[in-house]
Amino acid sequence: MATRVSSRSGPGAAAGTAAGGAGDPARGARRTGPSWRVRLRRDKSLIIMTLPALILLLVFGYAPMLGLVMAFQQYNVYNGLLYSPWVGLANFQQLFGDPAFWHAFWNTLLLFSVQLVLFFPVPIALAILLDGLLSRRLKAFLQSVTALPHFFSWVLVITIFQKMIGGAGLIPQFLRQHGVANPVDLMTNAPAFKFLVSAQLIWKEAGWNTIVFLAALAAISPSLYEAAAVDGAGWWRRTRHITLPGLKGITILLLILNLGYALTFGFEQMLIQRGAIGPGSAEVLTTFSYVFGIVNGNYSYGAAAGLFLGVTSLILILAANKVAHAFGEDGLYRR
Amino acid sequence: MTSISTRTLHAALGTAPRPVWQERPKPGTQAAKGGGIAVILALVLVPLYAVTLTSFSTQASINIAGGLVLWPHGLTANAYTLIFTGGVVGRALLISLLITVAGTAFSMVVTVLAAYGLSRPGSFGHRTILLIMLITMFFNGGVIPLFLVVSALGGYDQYWALILPSAVSVFNILVMRAFFSNIAAELIESARIDGASDWVILWRIVLPSSKAVTAVIALFYAVGYWNSWFNILLFMPADSSKWPLQMVMYNYVTEGMSFAGSGVTNVGANLGRQQIAPLSLQMAVVVLTVVPILVVYPFVQKHFTKGVLLGAVKG
Repeated sequence: MATRVSSRSGPGAAAGTAAGGAGDPARGARRTGPSWRVRLRRDKSLIIMTLPALILLLVFGYAPMLGLVMAFQQYNVYNGLLYSPWVGLANFQQLFGDPAFWHAFWNTLLLFSVQLVLFFPVPIALAILLDGLLSRRLKAFLQSVTALPHFFSWVLVITIFQKMIGGAGLIPQFLRQHGVANPVDLMTNAPAFKFLVSAQLIWKEAGWNTIVFLAALAAISPSLYEAAAVDGAGWWRRTRHITLPGLKGITILLLILNLGYALTFGFEQMLIQRGAIGPGSAEVLTTFSYVFGIVNGNYSYGAAAGLFLGVTSLILILAANKVAHAFGEDGLYRR
Repeated sequence: MTSISTRTLHAALGTAPRPVWQERPKPGTQAAKGGGIAVILALVLVPLYAVTLTSFSTQASINIAGGLVLWPHGLTANAYTLIFTGGVVGRALLISLLITVAGTAFSMVVTVLAAYGLSRPGSFGHRTILLIMLITMFFNGGVIPLFLVVSALGGYDQYWALILPSAVSVFNILVMRAFFSNIAAELIESARIDGASDWVILWRIVLPSSKAVTAVIALFYAVGYWNSWFNILLFMPADSSKWPLQMVMYNYVTEGMSFAGSGVTNVGANLGRQQIAPLSLQMAVVVLTVVPILVVYPFVQKHFTKGVLLGAVKG
């Protein structure tokens, strides 16, 4: 037994080894287990293994968090973080009095709502369609084709849209050749922008999002359908009373989790098109922070917007998970 | 005769027999469903087809079509010849491939090590380290402080700035950690009694028994590196000779910047290829960004469901 002192899941080790079957004795041994010095020496290599990831996260995750203090400074590159003058809440006062900021704020909510409402039903409908197909190969093929754009970059997706429906794109050219004098350029049409970005999102992500719903559909017992059919329920009533209730849990969960990202979604998608469509339609809070901070070189102002965004998003995500838990779902984390 | 041909058709499509309780759909419903499927397929495949065909089209053919080509009137691979004989696109392709390979390798080493380091139950400090990592999933400093940190470290215009800041995904670490935790503890324990260190256990036992998840995570990282664009805009906006493919596509295709002076058209002029259409060249760039994805796609696809449903993993 002496050699097993260094073993983590042996009788002398700490708790949490349910898989090892150690059970209660190990749990009880947790407090009386080896001292932290022994455990530190024993687990030295495990800790060393986590160091590369930890260092990367400290440098590129935590250091920028500390850098957020610049939101309370009038930061300039010559003085750096340590010697830039402190201005208190001046940046935030300016931010909350800035019409461009409030425009970005409301536009974020507008684009998010329209995208969510138009996008969300599509993967569900696609999943129901796929699930009803008797041919396994057709189903697999359809699924592969629709999920493919998920792996495309936003630059690629927007380029493809531009070449298909943009001013000189395939469809406007076709219309021109068939007698339509001035087809609308949907890529630069400001009022239609919210629908354009929704279409792009659907094209890129609907197929991929179908997979989750297909898994939920596979979990519905076929005997439910059979019993309903025997009782005379047609396709619509079976869908209405068996399929949709079977998808309710996952739908609510995904909706809630999506709400957590209401303020930070679609950054690249909007930024790429901001030039063509103008900030009036495409500006969201994330692009506002980037453009005012980096492009215009007003670092502190951009960081103030970034801090506002980070804090509100954190609150949203935590709240979304709370709601998910209230529905009896796990959310991003348990409890 | 009809019944035989339907049967072969069903066999070819891998069709399951219709459950006895399910009514036969009416011809109208059937047609609507078929039409719907055709439209869905066309929405994805027609753009890809048009883009590919245009990249192989002569200028004459593009002129007839007035833009993207749906029906070929003359094919040529000149756009690709141009790209592969030098200039900004060929170089960008190479840069993108190198960043993707190097970045994925680096990310995998970091992720696998961290995942195993955190996967042994009861190990010293693993909860604290996990918490430190988890916090970054919920809150970050945003773009501007990150830009200043990377600049302060001398990363502006450096390739490492396109790899290191996004090299580690905490989510991927959690996914791998969950898999590693499920490997039979007896297996690891017996190796330890035989005197194997954690490094040996990871390399000889844990990794060989988690090939599938390792492949999936590696492919997700690779797609991430291949597709990344904003990092380039942030850290390498000015020097077009250093751009990876996504940035070249953004500037020369999406934004319609002229290729003049970028080396591409000069090469064309030297070769005397008057047939080269800017549009076919643009579409060739698009095709080149899609091809690597199509190459790895079948491998990702096998693990589709696993990959998506990994979201259920807990910290």
